Amino acid sequence: MNRTTRKSAFDSVDAVLLAAGLLVLAVGQYLAFTAPPDVQQHYLIRILYVHVGAAWTAYLAFFVAMIYAVLYLWKQNPAYDRLSAASAEVGLLFMTLTLFGGMMWARPTWGVYWTWEPKLTTSAILTAFYIGYFLLRQAIEDPEFRAKAAAAAAILGVVNIPINYMSVYWWRSIHQTATFDIINRKVHMDTPMVLAMLVNLVAINIIYVLFLRLKGKVAYCAAQKEDWDE
Amino acid sequence: MRAKYLIGFLIILAAIGYLAWGGLGKSLVYYVLPSEYADNPAKYAGKRVRLGGLVKQGSVHFNPKTLELKFVVTDGVVDIPVEHTGTPPELFKDNQGVVVEGHFEGNVFKGDNLLIKHSESYQAPRKGEYTPDEVRKLLKEAK
Repeated sequence: MNRTTRKSAFDSVDAVLLAAGLLVLAVGQYLAFTAPPDVQQHYLIRILYVHVGAAWTAYLAFFVAMIYAVLYLWKQNPAYDRLSAASAEVGLLFMTLTLFGGMMWARPTWGVYWTWEPKLTTSAILTAFYIGYFLLRQAIEDPEFRAKAAAAAAILGVVNIPINYMSVYWWRSIHQTATFDIINRKVHMDTPMVLAMLVNLVAINIIYVLFLRLKGKVAYCAAQKEDWDE
Repeated sequence: MRAKYLIGFLIILAAIGYLAWGGLGKSLVYYVLPSEYADNPAKYAGKRVRLGGLVKQGSVHFNPKTLELKFVVTDGVVDIPVEHTGTPPELFKDNQGVVVEGHFEGNVFKGDNLLIKHSESYQAPRKGEYTPDEVRKLLKEAK
């Protein structure tokens, strides 16, 4: 099947995304390492530059998974199901990085790796939800039923995002509120730090799009194989 | 249906349920403020509590030999003396937001875990405060 091999190949768009992602990441890391230390926590603030980017990209990935899930239910095209699952998977990757980076940051600043406060508890629920999403996909053998159940889960999953984001405003927590505060439209940060954070965020987003494309292609090949096996 | 994944899925579902109803319910009131404690001390007697507030200016006494740390947590209304054993975290200082885990013994709060609540605001040092070179110098001196 020549068509399959060509579609699964790493194409020029992927190459451009990879080059752009690495380049922007390099610039972002340069900015992060040259940004001034914070008055309070000195160089520990550097974890923020990747922590925030990873968290936002995880939110984005779960949101995109929901959009593809809606498209699947509407158009019944299996490609949308594959992309929905691909986005959720990349989202779970970035969510795991967010948790890991967050723990590395929490230990020297708060004093503990983990504590059951609202932001962390809702993050744990969010992560567990998408682990459950993949177990659900694995549990169902019929592709159409699997896609429909997964789509429902992917749509339900985004409910976690506003709860997780707003948790620091709604409840008493130890996690600080958003520095880049879109609710009150304030930025509690010096310009070089904001710049480093945003450039890293852009880099992680480019890498997300690349991962989504690659994972979508792998899923396409897997689906082809599943068809042949039957 | 593939049984082992289904079992895994149900375990995750149960875990989410537990976190949402049990864990989140508890963490919604992550810490009590000194004035909330003062309103109803009986409610917290003998229980494991998280006490949150600011470190009162000038109240910190630390004995580096015995690691005894004494300070006062305040919310501006009520002051509560805290006794804790252990080296204070790096960000611990006057007027810093803290959350102490422990229990009340009379009017004194016996802490066994000290957490720092730092702000969401990040700023480079102003003139006369820490610069990168100064931090390096401090690190050398610490060694």
